[in-house]
Amino acid sequence: MSAEDAARRALAAELAEFLYLEADLLDERRFTEWLDLLAEDLIYFMPIRHNVKFGQHAARENTRQGEGISWFDEDKWTLGKRVEQILTGVHYAEEPLSRTAHLVTNIRVISATPSFAAAETAEVSSRFLIQQNRVEYETTQFVGRRRDILRREAAGWRIARREIILEQNVLVAKNLSIFF
Amino acid sequence: MNLDTMIDLEGGRISREIFVSRDIFDREQEQVFTRAWLFVGHESQVPNPGDFFVSRMGTESVILCRDQAGALHVFLNSCRHRGMKICRYEQGNTSLFVCPYHSWSYTTDGKLQGVPLYRVLYEGTLNRDDWSLVEVAKLATYKGTVWATWDPQAPEFLTYLGDAVDHLDQVLDCRDGRPGGSEVIGVHKWILPANWKFAAENFLGDTYHNPSHRSVDMIGIGPSAQRGAKGRRDNEYEGGQHVWVSFPAGHGVHSVLSRPDPEYGGSYQQYPEVDEYFRHCFEARKQRLGTERARLLPFTGNLFPNASYHGRQPRGICVWHPHGATETEAWRFFLVDADAPASVKDVLRRFYMRYSGPAGMTEQDDMENWLYATAASQGPIARRHPFNYQQSIGAFRTGDPLPGDVSLQMTEQNARNYYRVWRGYMQGDPWAALIGAPALRAAAE
Ligand code: FES
Ligand SMILES: [Fe+2]
Repeated sequence: MSAEDAARRALAAELAEFLYLEADLLDERRFTEWLDLLAEDLIYFMPIRHNVKFGQHAARENTRQGEGISWFDEDKWTLGKRVEQILTGVHYAEEPLSRTAHLVTNIRVISATPSFAAAETAEVSSRFLIQQNRVEYETTQFVGRRRDILRREAAGWRIARREIILEQNVLVAKNLSIFF
Repeated sequence: MNLDTMIDLEGGRISREIFVSRDIFDREQEQVFTRAWLFVGHESQVPNPGDFFVSRMGTESVILCRDQAGALHVFLNSCRHRGMKICRYEQGNTSLFVCPYHSWSYTTDGKLQGVPLYRVLYEGTLNRDDWSLVEVAKLATYKGTVWATWDPQAPEFLTYLGDAVDHLDQVLDCRDGRPGGSEVIGVHKWILPANWKFAAENFLGDTYHNPSHRSVDMIGIGPSAQRGAKGRRDNEYEGGQHVWVSFPAGHGVHSVLSRPDPEYGGSYQQYPEVDEYFRHCFEARKQRLGTERARLLPFTGNLFPNASYHGRQPRGICVWHPHGATETEAWRFFLVDADAPASVKDVLRRFYMRYSGPAGMTEQDDMENWLYATAASQGPIARRHPFNYQQSIGAFRTGDPLPGDVSLQMTEQNARNYYRVWRGYMQGDPWAALIGAPALRAAAE
């Protein structure tokens, strides 16, 4: 194994640990602590996926960050509002609270700057399978990919950008009231 | 199925059956959705020849298409040979729709063009002209929006719309009062496990459900929230007279008559540039429409049967496509003025996303209510007990101060009127009855 490969794997292990911690915070409903893992300039983006002709996927399959309408295209302020809303206790779509389990897997570090060995930022790809169960029988599974840009800040790793690719066209869920 | 006992308008009681019964759902598809004018899309989605947008009418997929000559069509998305769904892309541009099954192909004006092995297999039997795509009976465009009906007897769209047009105009016109000029910047599509009429009725004028949005009102998510404003929107209606108006054809709206000679009260205050833009629009609109007409502002509404709108914050059209008695496919088309500055559009789209639809902080709570109201109404005991529709019964005046039946207090009159018309469709009433005879007479004159 080359030194670079070893550094990449070590970084992947470190960042996997970070993503598992994040999943724990969400599933344990420690939402305000979860907010602390988000960089102040966070971009949190979930496109809408379209059925397009072969050859047009790159150009037209997903809505784009920064234009038009997506499922999410927001900043830390808005996510903070979402947390605040849940904490009112009268956000009925999350009251009573959903039970969630975030399974995060296929974690791969795509790139890092300035290097894998001394990464200040890293681009990380992963898969998620999130089960949401609420009230009595309502059970929804969200499956997809994430591409994160993680940044090392004074207090530790922070999420600077998250792109969530949900493998659905028409959303087959009544709500996206959980965090991804 | 006794519709008269199910819809008791005098007593203000409506049977839960109409929200859960499979039989009623099936009859609705036949009686309501093959006759009424339905929203199918917006011209900004199909600007060029060959552009198409796959939409829905009732439970069926349709293609909104601009043909090579520039004319709009709406076709059933089903091949005339064995029914294959000929277009499974959502939107795009094509010169030909080629069926994946046996390769019959149709031109953008719906004509059957290609039939493989025609000479050998069909010559002398199949007349291509008889096998065009099934096309709607009537299509209408209104300020960019596209509507269609399967019923050749249906009145013209504007007759069908009646006086509700004044309210729809406030949604479709530019914020500065110029007619039309909106564009669609995106569409949400999602499935919700509730009867479609719950959603339609919610927009028709159910202002009473405001408390269900308490969480967003408490925290403030509006475009002035970062300046300390609570609530989920700017209070653009401050000091105005709220009006709930129902129309003979079943439409219902909740609008606001601003106080006489309205003043701009400030909005979008965390974005000074956008606030300035809307101040300009407000003044220009007042100039253009005159101080009296400029008083009318839209809140929400529903055009019979399933096209709802949200007029300003957020601004868009929602269509509640029935899937089954207890399942609906919701589509939300978001609108902005096409010529608004990019910075304004950006603020609007961000606000729309955090407010609306399944990811929207406000409307998630609606979905929760519709789901559990549907679920808890399905059992045999629940079905024996009608819903209560007695709110503000009788408390309206006709034509005062606006056309239509106007209530100055929160009311379920819009809903009572809606189900009166719905019952008419279910009974197969003639058009004169369905849209209120005076409207048809006025159109004939
Ligand atoms: S079903 Fe379309 S060609 Fe046969
Ligand atoms: Fe609502």
